[in-house]
Amino acid sequence: MTLDAKIPSGPLEKKWDRHRLEMKLVNPANKRKFDVIVVGSGLAGASAAASLGELGYNVKCFCFQDSPRRAHSIAAQGGINAAKNYQNDGDSIYRLFYDTIKGGDFRAREANVYRLAQLSVNIIDQCVAQGVPFAREYGGLLANRSFGGAQVSRTFYARGQTGQQLLLGAYQALCRQIGIGKVQMFPRTEMLDVVLVDGQAKGIVVRNLVTGEISSHAADAVVLATGGYGNVFYLSTNARACNVTAIYRAYKKGAAFANPCFTQIHPTCIPVSGDHQSKLTLMSESLRNDGRVWVPKKKGDKRAAHEIAEPERDYYLERKYPSYGNLAPRDISSRAAKEVCDEGRGVGSSGLGVYLDFADAIRRLGEATIRERYGNLFDMYQTITGENAYAMPMRIYPAVHYTMGGLWVDYNLMSNIPGLFVLGEANFSDHGANRLGASALMQGLADGYFILPYTIGQYFAGAKPLKPPASRPEFKKVEEETKARTQQLLSVRGKRTVTSFHRELGKIMWDYCGMARNEAGLKEALRRIPELRREYWHNVNVTGENQELNQALEQAGRVADYMEFAELMCSDALMRRESCGGHFRTEFQTEEGEALRDDANFSFAAAWEYQGPDKPPVLHKEPLAYEEVKMSQRSYK
Amino acid sequence: MNLTLKVWRQKSGSSRGQFVEYQAKDVIPDMSFLEMLDVVNEGLISGGEDPIVFDSDCREGICGMCSLVINGIAHGGHRGTATCQLHMRHFNDGDTITIEPWRAKAFPIIKDLVVDRSAFDRIIQAGGFVSVSTGGAPDGNAIPIPKEAQELSMDAAACIGCGACVAACKNASAMLFVAAKVSHLGLLPQGKVEKDRRVLRMVAAMDHEGFGGCTVTGSCEAVCPKEISLDFIGLMNREYLGASLKGS
Repeated sequence: MTLDAKIPSGPLEKKWDRHRLEMKLVNPANKRKFDVIVVGSGLAGASAAASLGELGYNVKCFCFQDSPRRAHSIAAQGGINAAKNYQNDGDSIYRLFYDTIKGGDFRAREANVYRLAQLSVNIIDQCVAQGVPFAREYGGLLANRSFGGAQVSRTFYARGQTGQQLLLGAYQALCRQIGIGKVQMFPRTEMLDVVLVDGQAKGIVVRNLVTGEISSHAADAVVLATGGYGNVFYLSTNARACNVTAIYRAYKKGAAFANPCFTQIHPTCIPVSGDHQSKLTLMSESLRNDGRVWVPKKKGDKRAAHEIAEPERDYYLERKYPSYGNLAPRDISSRAAKEVCDEGRGVGSSGLGVYLDFADAIRRLGEATIRERYGNLFDMYQTITGENAYAMPMRIYPAVHYTMGGLWVDYNLMSNIPGLFVLGEANFSDHGANRLGASALMQGLADGYFILPYTIGQYFAGAKPLKPPASRPEFKKVEEETKARTQQLLSVRGKRTVTSFHRELGKIMWDYCGMARNEAGLKEALRRIPELRREYWHNVNVTGENQELNQALEQAGRVADYMEFAELMCSDALMRRESCGGHFRTEFQTEEGEALRDDANFSFAAAWEYQGPDKPPVLHKEPLAYEEVKMSQRSYK
Repeated sequence: MNLTLKVWRQKSGSSRGQFVEYQAKDVIPDMSFLEMLDVVNEGLISGGEDPIVFDSDCREGICGMCSLVINGIAHGGHRGTATCQLHMRHFNDGDTITIEPWRAKAFPIIKDLVVDRSAFDRIIQAGGFVSVSTGGAPDGNAIPIPKEAQELSMDAAACIGCGACVAACKNASAMLFVAAKVSHLGLLPQGKVEKDRRVLRMVAAMDHEGFGGCTVTGSCEAVCPKEISLDFIGLMNREYLGASLKGS
């Protein structure tokens, strides 16, 4: 396998412009001859499907939810970054680019990140034109807030529901194309495999979740915008059905999987309340604008928060990182929370929690202002915990939130399989080892609105429409494999539920491949995962049958893939003998306990190639060449 | 606490459904309603029975996938709360809880508690958008929008498309859902351009899907997890009347 990132030559700030000029175009009359499959209808998928439809391509879009409007992008709360510099506070495209590269701990691709920063300004314009009701000032202009890892205010927001509003914008654009017949939508349909014809991605095999019917769809190109794999940990802030299946199946068909161990643990989530817990709920990072994070100075201090006087409190983020304070990046904040809890200073009944206190902000700004800024988040907190955060501090704890790793793509967002494009969280390219807040929405929309519509044309240009018929033997073969696998899951009829396996796998991953990792732990995980996987295929109990709406079966297929994928994640974490961003190896830290990178040996994207069942994957390295930025140790002090 | 559940079970859209009784034991007050059902389902699967099928995804009240009528009230009757955010601390030991799907002609049952809400998507496809294609948008600050208009638009835009408004309405009317989208876009300068066309098309699509008429009882507003105001229905009626008179 050769990995050619296809980064255009020339100065950083000219690369994308130049590439756009050099890319071949498809004549408008010819676009309608090309069929494109888009899997996923979140920000990346919906924006891509809509934009491709507008250009004239024939699009088929698939999602497993009952409507494209429900994709998990909808749950993003805080905002979307853009280098508009509306606040006159010194922001620029270069600064957004630099903050993102630095936030990613110098493990992202320079050219991709610069392009992302450039496109960020177009995204805001596009969304405003669609009718996204971004927050405004009294003068009628757009409002901004600041976010972790930045010292400027560049985050655009729509209350605490920015993801929802951006997704509805993309969904409405998608609906417009569905209405005029340029996009055909397949809701409640799950992609179970990708089909290659002559080494190129030419279709997918899907299961209709209502009827159980397994069928093939052929196209000239396949776009995966299927999100991240945080649910490998069982508990995460991801929606219940988010899964790795689409990209993992593509990996098994030959697509390289890059940096799978780069996962983001978000510092501000509501702590776990018990074993029944089905998912974790994020409290937007924007809360850290006005909330102060603290724990008692004394170990095992079980007094209520209001009984602990100022001098007895440790505002540890402000103490350790005075210049960024409570707005330190996510990985650093999460680890700091873990440290104080490990020291026995955690709060709440489980001891796994820290306070996020708004008392000072309420004194300074008044409760009404805080209510206006964060009202829905405070309500959500009260709904879940039964506590009033206006009167007492919130309790928060880190939780798995986002996965920076994903399928390897080149500058054109095409994987190493020709014709297979990967967008949004499903790819690996822009966030390095840690994603900054309000950047996921930016990336999803940049990929879908402004990058893929250009680069897919380059792939099609010159080529004749190649769409093979879905009756070709390649499709039949994958269909048969998929049916056999489904049947196998249904025929085990063992004693344990899918959920119990998933929970056990998640515990292994959280303990050994979570916020802190080390060699011994990762080796232990790599011993236990295959054991658990063997038990899974002999002892899982999937009730019902295939020819019906069968949620247990859907879940069983996803967990089966997690069982294999978890091993890839741990192998990647074990290989990367350094700490960077969200990947913290306890063996590699500075004296102050910060992540210690090893640029001499690990300045590369780790792209793994599948070799077959029970064979170790092969590692390919894409060196990260920094032309513009000088790598440095991140400092937020 | 221990609870008795009466759950609507229906194998498929074409088969007959019925209530089946289940016991939910050792329910913890901090559990969400859906987590309580998860635990019941784990027990059913272990006993070799088919689990109760219900829709859910984000479980934080924003995706709009969850859809249960609990004790006769869509989403269970706690103001501004979707089923997934309803917690068991609101119930008492020994309670009997009835759980049903959304019931409306335009939302046919697929299985158990899962219904087909694609009618909502088709209404949006008919006109619930601003007709702009990607690219060429003017600067986001080119058109100032009064904060009040933006805030009101956002109140309407908060709709999660769950369909509780339809489930709660005695006529299974979709007026609140449609009014929310008409208002969200119509209140912004970007959406005003095609507001007449939009409202006419969306209302026609709504009628075509078989939703009932609105008699302004307000039950939709009462169950809406995003507390979308009934006022938006008034606003839509005004827009609809204006557009009809213009004959566009």
